[in-house]
Amino acid sequence: MTSAGAQSRAAVEVASLGKDFGAFSAVKDISFAVRRGEVLGFLGPNGAGKSTTMKMIAGFLAPTRGQVWVGGYDIDRRPLEAKRCLGYLPEGAPAYADMSVSAFLTFIARMRGYRRRERRSRVAAAVEKANLGSVAYKPIETLSKGFKRRVGLAQAILHDPPILVMDEPTDGLDPNQKHEVRTLIREMARDKAILISTHILEEVDAICDRAIIIAHGRLKFDGTPQQLLCMSSLHNAVRLRFAGNVPADAAARLLDLHGVGRVNQSDEADQLMVLPNNATAIVKQVAQLARAETWQLQELVVESGQLDEVFRRITGPAEAAQRGEPA
Amino acid sequence: MTVTGAILRRELGNYFATPVAYVFIVIFLVLSGAFTFYLGGLYERGQADLQPFFTFHPWLYLFLIPALSMRLWSEERKSGTIELLMTLPVSVGAAVIGKFLAAWTFTGIALALTFPVWLTINYLGHADNPVIALSYFGSFLMAGAYLAVGACVSAFTRNQVIAFVFSFVICLVFVLAGFPMVMDIFQGWAPPALINAVGRMSFLSHFESITKGVIDLRDAIFFLSFIGCWLMANVIAVETGKSD
Repeated sequence: MTSAGAQSRAAVEVASLGKDFGAFSAVKDISFAVRRGEVLGFLGPNGAGKSTTMKMIAGFLAPTRGQVWVGGYDIDRRPLEAKRCLGYLPEGAPAYADMSVSAFLTFIARMRGYRRRERRSRVAAAVEKANLGSVAYKPIETLSKGFKRRVGLAQAILHDPPILVMDEPTDGLDPNQKHEVRTLIREMARDKAILISTHILEEVDAICDRAIIIAHGRLKFDGTPQQLLCMSSLHNAVRLRFAGNVPADAAARLLDLHGVGRVNQSDEADQLMVLPNNATAIVKQVAQLARAETWQLQELVVESGQLDEVFRRITGPAEAAQRGEPA
Repeated sequence: MTVTGAILRRELGNYFATPVAYVFIVIFLVLSGAFTFYLGGLYERGQADLQPFFTFHPWLYLFLIPALSMRLWSEERKSGTIELLMTLPVSVGAAVIGKFLAAWTFTGIALALTFPVWLTINYLGHADNPVIALSYFGSFLMAGAYLAVGACVSAFTRNQVIAFVFSFVICLVFVLAGFPMVMDIFQGWAPPALINAVGRMSFLSHFESITKGVIDLRDAIFFLSFIGCWLMANVIAVETGKSD
């Protein structure tokens, strides 16, 4: 049985993957895995190689180096079996513009090998899940961006695949539509392996169990969104807002505390930002000091960290400068 | 193959969903009728055959068929749907065959709709119907050859106009192979074997021998293997063209 090999691998496994376009190396060396029941967020700045990687996972582009297994099947050697396990939403959700939504989904169902009755029920289910009932008989070219995206989503989930790969599923949607799509992804996450690429950081927090970040064709981070937050210099920082102006000696007193690295005066005269060394928890010490000094505080907030700050640091121009590229 | 069938259905439906099908069929019927009766002088010849009708097919196909085939792959590349299609569980070969068969079926429909010409000739005299049937078959095979060229060329570009022009030129070369216009290019430097081979690639000579009622299997084999070669090139073009 071929599935014996299939069992032992994660749903999606990517090993030392690389892709060159002529002299340009879009993806250099990337390895990761997505397990069943997991939503993996695939992050990186535009042009980092996200889409190229996803195209290789979906079997559209052949890798220059490395290997991809989808559902345990080598996408290069057993492409049809691998593609049957996979629902794929390409970047920009392309669809045959002159077909109606239902005709398009019927075509997809035919391509997936469903016979008449099951075809109808599959199309109906996909239309319902993606909330396309009101436009089912309209040509796709007349639909708004949000609907088009959902057509792409319906197409990807039509055969209820164990693995979903989606390239920027919420790009260009309004906040309500984003929420809908995220809810849908969350619902499906229980029994599927889902890989979504995005450059929207809030999305990682909202739906991902794990995140990887790539930049310049290489893997820069692999961990939970929480771990990502911990890398922020603001993680566990304490923001103090005083009633009135900041006492003159407050900054000096705070700096004396164990674990405090820096104290920043913010733009507002009544606020101080206390930054810890190595993201240690300092709120207890800060609160004790405030009580001892009888500072009049209006607010004492522990910051969880800022994803975009971490993102910038990981993927930022410093990296490019090292390699002699223009920032 | 269900996937080939699914692609065939979609492509064929696409022709009829847009004005392409109707424009093509009307122009094809009007032109083939006009050529037959005016340029070909069907009445004046006083013979109950369709020679004047079939004589013009290679020339009609020359600019009508590239118009049918130009969008087959270039549109997929331009709109990005090729990424959707090629990540469905379908091999490139099955997709190439599905698209080709859709276009070929469509030309078959257009060809079948010329039946009034056949009715006319049977009304006018005792027509040699087996020869006419054979000529239709030959014309259909030749249309397939034009289509195979056009489909392959359209996989090389995302621009339909470029696909049209190159298909036209390549088909023209094959129509005129054996004539001085093409042969002169090879004369003087190419070995006689090559010149001979090029001369035998002519659509015109293979088609003419079929329409004269000469049953020679080699003519049919020529068109079928010609189609096969161009479809194989088509597969390669799709596979290499995906990455840009």
